[in-house]
Amino acid sequence: MRSRLYLSTLAIFLLAAPFLFTARYSQHVLILVLLYVALGSAWNILGGFAGQLSLGHAAFFGIGAYSAAVIASKTALSPWWGIIAGPIVVLPIALVVGWICFRLRGPYFTLATIAAGEVVRLVALNWSELTGGAVGVVIRPSGFSGTSKVPYYYIVLVVAVATVALCQLISRSKLGYYLMAIREDQETAESIGVDTTKYKLIALAISASLTAVAGAFYANYFLFVDPTIVLPLALSVEIVLMAIVGGLGTVAGPVLGAVLLKVSSEIFRNEFAQANLLIYGALLILIILFMPDGLTGGFRRVAALFGRKPRRVSA
Amino acid sequence: MFLLEVKDLTKRFGGVVAVDSLSFSVSAGETVSIIGPNGAGKTTVFDLITGVHNATAGEIIFDGSNLIGKKSHQIAKAGIGRTFQLVKPLRGLSVFENVLVGAFARTGDRGEARRIADDILEFTDLSSLRDAQAEGLPIGLRKRLELARSLATGPKLILLDEVMSGLNPSESKQAIELIKRLRDERGISAVAGVEHVMQVVMSISDRVIVLNHGKKLAEGRPEEVASNPEVVAAYLGKPG
Repeated sequence: MRSRLYLSTLAIFLLAAPFLFTARYSQHVLILVLLYVALGSAWNILGGFAGQLSLGHAAFFGIGAYSAAVIASKTALSPWWGIIAGPIVVLPIALVVGWICFRLRGPYFTLATIAAGEVVRLVALNWSELTGGAVGVVIRPSGFSGTSKVPYYYIVLVVAVATVALCQLISRSKLGYYLMAIREDQETAESIGVDTTKYKLIALAISASLTAVAGAFYANYFLFVDPTIVLPLALSVEIVLMAIVGGLGTVAGPVLGAVLLKVSSEIFRNEFAQANLLIYGALLILIILFMPDGLTGGFRRVAALFGRKPRRVSA
Repeated sequence: MFLLEVKDLTKRFGGVVAVDSLSFSVSAGETVSIIGPNGAGKTTVFDLITGVHNATAGEIIFDGSNLIGKKSHQIAKAGIGRTFQLVKPLRGLSVFENVLVGAFARTGDRGEARRIADDILEFTDLSSLRDAQAEGLPIGLRKRLELARSLATGPKLILLDEVMSGLNPSESKQAIELIKRLRDERGISAVAGVEHVMQVVMSISDRVIVLNHGKKLAEGRPEEVASNPEVVAAYLGKPG
């Protein structure tokens, strides 16, 4: 099988990457790319598969990050417990947000998720006893830290691979097909027995929990959280961009999107100084103009040009 | 014992009475047509039975249980399938995947669902289009795909909203054939909403219900209904 060969090559590359790129900065970029692979893929379960375009995912990321930070500042436990506590804290919040927002459809749903994200940010900003308010929380490192980036790389690699693997599993399951049916037409989905409210909540629960895990990792890696870093709307937008640029509703899409956008934004920042956002914006416009269905859609069309049978990634 | 029993069903939208204390029943294995001019309330009746709208008054008993207050997906699971007047294919999915989604109503197992989907594609003669995108299909095939997707859920009763509209003569002949086979080969009851095309009504129906302004105007065997002067008047206007 050709695809098995590709996968093994990729696996070997990912495992060996910290030894191929030994500079701390390169390892930092690798970690960021994998973090965004996880974030884009987690978002894609709700936004891509189920078609519910959330612009509030920074809330789930931030809650995950704060879970780790608060554990470190208020207890004697390691902030790594945040990876377990994050999803547990996020789950009820996500379900309440979903219960409210899923009454709305299309752009109204998206606006409601922006509002929900802002509410969480303002709560974090003002609940100073717990979150440190605008000052934020400095996390004292525990276990390994500071000296080497390699352990962080392997941890985020596990998070990213697990998230993508879960997406792949979902895309071939009943859940995945039900989410796609909801995306295409909710009334039709209901008419063939899909409990649309229930399945949207399941998608949100999975998506938010995975996002919280990524947030908790972030807190452990950067050792500092404040509302402007882990809860801004800009972060929500960035997560969505990964998935849209890569290809909505496909497993490979957010992976490709995260690799392209994160690597290029780092390169642009180094090469073009103040103009980096301008160039980054131009890249986005070009991709959206010429590949409206994302990188995966673009690749599929190029493959079709060369006579290969087009294959849907989501199926 | 009827499969479906509708009693005094009424639906008001503000001041408009779309369905006015309508009662009818469908037996197992029976094909019933609801005919009536545009705006007679056929689609509203289907929407009430499938829980898209809530009835203002009345009862809907299916297979021994009351459907009033149930949600669309619960009604689908209970065994009522439907097609829509304006077809709604799941655009981004292939023909096979459209039917597969329906099959998941019966089983959570992917292999089993695929077997059901392939069986339904065979039954509806769509196997050759298995991997085509639903989006690009012509209207006749899209209507058939809707029926296939609904059949995959394993319904006891299927509601066909304007099955024939927009079809050319050869397509409607195929559709008639398929509706007959639903009853004869699978034992599935059907209620077909038809605006006109009396030939269709005659050839598929065991019984015909005529709806006008939300009320039942007549009911009976196709040839009885077709010669009923009130029915003729509703369609063509009163003489003089």
